[in-house]
Amino acid sequence: MAVSFDEVAVGTELPAQSFPVSRATLVRYAGASGDFNPIHWNEKFAVGVGLPDVIAHGMFTMAEAVRVVTDWTGDPGAVVEYGVRFTRPVVVPNDEAGAVIEVSGKVAKLLDGRRVQVDLLVTSAGQKVLGMSRAVVQLG
Amino acid sequence: MALDPSFIGRTYPPTEPYEVGREKIREFAVAVGDPNPAYTEREAAKALGHPDVIAPPTFPFVLTYAAAAQVVEDPELGLDFSRVVHGDQKFAYTRPLRAGDRVRVEIAIDNIKSLAGNDVLTVRGEVVEESGEHVVTSIMTLVARAADEQADEKAGEQ
Repeated sequence: MAVSFDEVAVGTELPAQSFPVSRATLVRYAGASGDFNPIHWNEKFAVGVGLPDVIAHGMFTMAEAVRVVTDWTGDPGAVVEYGVRFTRPVVVPNDEAGAVIEVSGKVAKLLDGRRVQVDLLVTSAGQKVLGMSRAVVQLG
Repeated sequence: MALDPSFIGRTYPPTEPYEVGREKIREFAVAVGDPNPAYTEREAAKALGHPDVIAPPTFPFVLTYAAAAQVVEDPELGLDFSRVVHGDQKFAYTRPLRAGDRVRVEIAIDNIKSLAGNDVLTVRGEVVEESGEHVVTSIMTLVARAADEQADEKAGEQ
């Protein structure tokens, strides 16, 4: 169901979601995105360049975070701007549990033209992994 | 050695056309675990007012990152890619990318600055349909960590 501009106010919360990430997820994303950097699938290589373990692609995390917005609006085409800063890696251990990306969002500003700014909070293992994560959305 | 700021404003020739395929969109949506039918079902996309299935918001990076290789591999610029991390990423959409689009990417270097010994490079990619219609702008910041230990220590103090 589409969200109407008239239904939202500054502070309106979007339904929060959790997204699991396993090594298999990262291999699949590498294939789909064409980013085959071994830090995203080869533990020996990742540790060799000073990382604690294999890490998720920043662009994968960015893709998960915006789902809180696109699931809210229904229409992914409603997103007119979207930006993030990659602050910390999402470390993905080689086990069945893997990692979890937790995303919540709220309306931060009402803008002209029935648009709103949504600020996202994106964490994994209790740490903020994306900074300045925000989207501008066109509502009906 | 710091990157040459005279490269600010440099543009690169548009890439060869990339045809956005519905199966590629589906593959990407599956890879990010997103079941939104706008990515896979034409009727669902049409119900939202789109002429065909659309790509997820971060899909254009697949194109803009590949196109940015022109900058990353520009021998005159001399970026040491082994020290590069993706600092931040922004998209500004005129409309979503959709199946059947044939788009080119025009790459430009918007900024180069030095922060605590690290080179910070802002690369803009304009994704433009063959008809000339603008689809999305990607702004990517790449951070090339300083090569010498002294500068590394400085960066660590931030």
